[in-house]
Amino acid sequence: MHCDGLIEEDSMKLVQISVFLENKKGRLFEVCSLLGKEKINIRALSVAESEEFGILRMVVDNPAKAVAVLKKKGFVANLTDIVAVEVEDNPGGLASVLAVFSKNDINVEYMYGFVEKFSQKAILVFRFDDADKAIRVLTRNKISIIGKKDIGNL
Amino acid sequence: MIWNEQMECMEADRMKEVQSARLKETVSYIYKNCPLYKKKLDAQGVGHGDIRGIEDISKLPFTSKDDLRDSYPFGLFSQPPKEIAEIHVSSGTTGNPTVVGYTKDDIRLWSEVMARAFACAGAMPKDMIQIAYGYGLFTGGLGAHYGALEMGLTIIPASSGQTKRQLKIMHDFKPRILACTPSYCLYMAEEAREMGLDPKKSSWEIGVFGAEPWSEPMRKEIEATWNILATDIYGLSEIIGPGVAQECTFKKGLHIFWDVFYPEVINQRTLKHAKDGEAGELVITTLTKRGIPLLRYRTRDIVSISYERCRCGRTTPRISKIQGRTDDMIIVRGINVFPSQIEHVLLGIEGTKPHYQLVVDRKAGKLDELEVLVEVEQKIFSDEIKQLRILEERIAREIESVLGIFVKVKLVEPKTIERSEGKAKRVVDKRAG
Repeated sequence: MHCDGLIEEDSMKLVQISVFLENKKGRLFEVCSLLGKEKINIRALSVAESEEFGILRMVVDNPAKAVAVLKKKGFVANLTDIVAVEVEDNPGGLASVLAVFSKNDINVEYMYGFVEKFSQKAILVFRFDDADKAIRVLTRNKISIIGKKDIGNL
Repeated sequence: MIWNEQMECMEADRMKEVQSARLKETVSYIYKNCPLYKKKLDAQGVGHGDIRGIEDISKLPFTSKDDLRDSYPFGLFSQPPKEIAEIHVSSGTTGNPTVVGYTKDDIRLWSEVMARAFACAGAMPKDMIQIAYGYGLFTGGLGAHYGALEMGLTIIPASSGQTKRQLKIMHDFKPRILACTPSYCLYMAEEAREMGLDPKKSSWEIGVFGAEPWSEPMRKEIEATWNILATDIYGLSEIIGPGVAQECTFKKGLHIFWDVFYPEVINQRTLKHAKDGEAGELVITTLTKRGIPLLRYRTRDIVSISYERCRCGRTTPRISKIQGRTDDMIIVRGINVFPSQIEHVLLGIEGTKPHYQLVVDRKAGKLDELEVLVEVEQKIFSDEIKQLRILEERIAREIESVLGIFVKVKLVEPKTIERSEGKAKRVVDKRAG
């Protein structure tokens, strides 16, 4: 059993919006232009796809509003906790972080990169099956986490 | 309340006399007034003197939807157009549409049976009703309207569509009764939630839902969603429109108003009467209609019929909910597939709504393929492809275990399956093209 002190896991998580998209022309554009019109800024984005449908995953500056706007337009969307991690932007940078996960038996469901940089380091977004455990391990291993306050994602 | 106790609670023996007299009258009326029918009867070798009572009904020829289409527009009418008070047209997906005409007396008949239907569902005079069936050439709106007028209900002729306005009217006027298609009723619940209304707190207490087949699980869903008594109404424009049969508050089958619409259930292959309780095609003879009376009309709806007496006091036989349609049925690789089977499966899976469509396709030199489109709901959506794949597979597996053939399930965005007149289009068959 670990004693992790007073880590506030919740403040270290970011919120991701996931949107169901059929593989149809113009759907991604519709989502992005809708958010643009509502002055919602997309900070990170990835699209996962199967043959027939895709899931658009985004980190935005106002997730609650974004979900409301999308649902109003008939999209299916939900919110998921994710963790953004600073990774050295050099060969082996990502590998050293993944090594920590692997050693501690932490399962990554998926990951993607940020659109913008906050420092000289790269930032990657991870979806873990157990985010709280991942945060404890990252903190213990002195790997820097980008929290809500760092990017204004509430 | 029972609207017409005399007719709805008549003992069977006495009813047989009424039906026999009316059938004899109808056959000679048609023989005299409709040349096409005269030809049909003559070809069958039935003179109008051969029908001595209701038991002779099986001597009469069947009438099919094609008979109506082939005699488009007025060939099967027993009155010239100038004697007709109102005309309705049902959409034809293939070939000519079906045209029906009502004399003034027929409109009175329609008003009467629809009033019986509303009373059967639990309505009382002076209740307020919101009619959200489409008004126009479709019989749903006006049929409900006439019955509500006859019964002395306060009518809101909302027609179909404009969902936000429907919900505002419900919220502000507080009607007790809602009449619309069951799929539109569920659709309105989605919209209500988006408007911040709690469907459970609606003013509607009774729903009179019809114009499309719907299942028991769908009833449970509607009743739980709206906190409403959901009753089934049956009808078809060829016979009169809505008002042929209606469930009472016990919801154990639909009372068919057999003093005016005489029911038979036949085996589709042998065309002989099915045994009591056995499913078959519903065949109806109109006993008092004047504009376009029909003999042994094949409805293409699959039902079973029960002559057991209902607890509500009515002596009328009851037909089951529509179990399928002979023309909705698609044959895929030799297997009969009814959309209602798919609906059953979807309603059994937590979080899926019965918004679906079957697409049958045949690629050159390949076997028929059945694809089931299912709208993704908020409740079942996940950010992981894996979870959605598992859901697709689960739906496919459960459908396969019911149908016995391989199906492909495709998740689609909400509200993308075409809805017309509030009716969802359940089958797209691309094999014909």
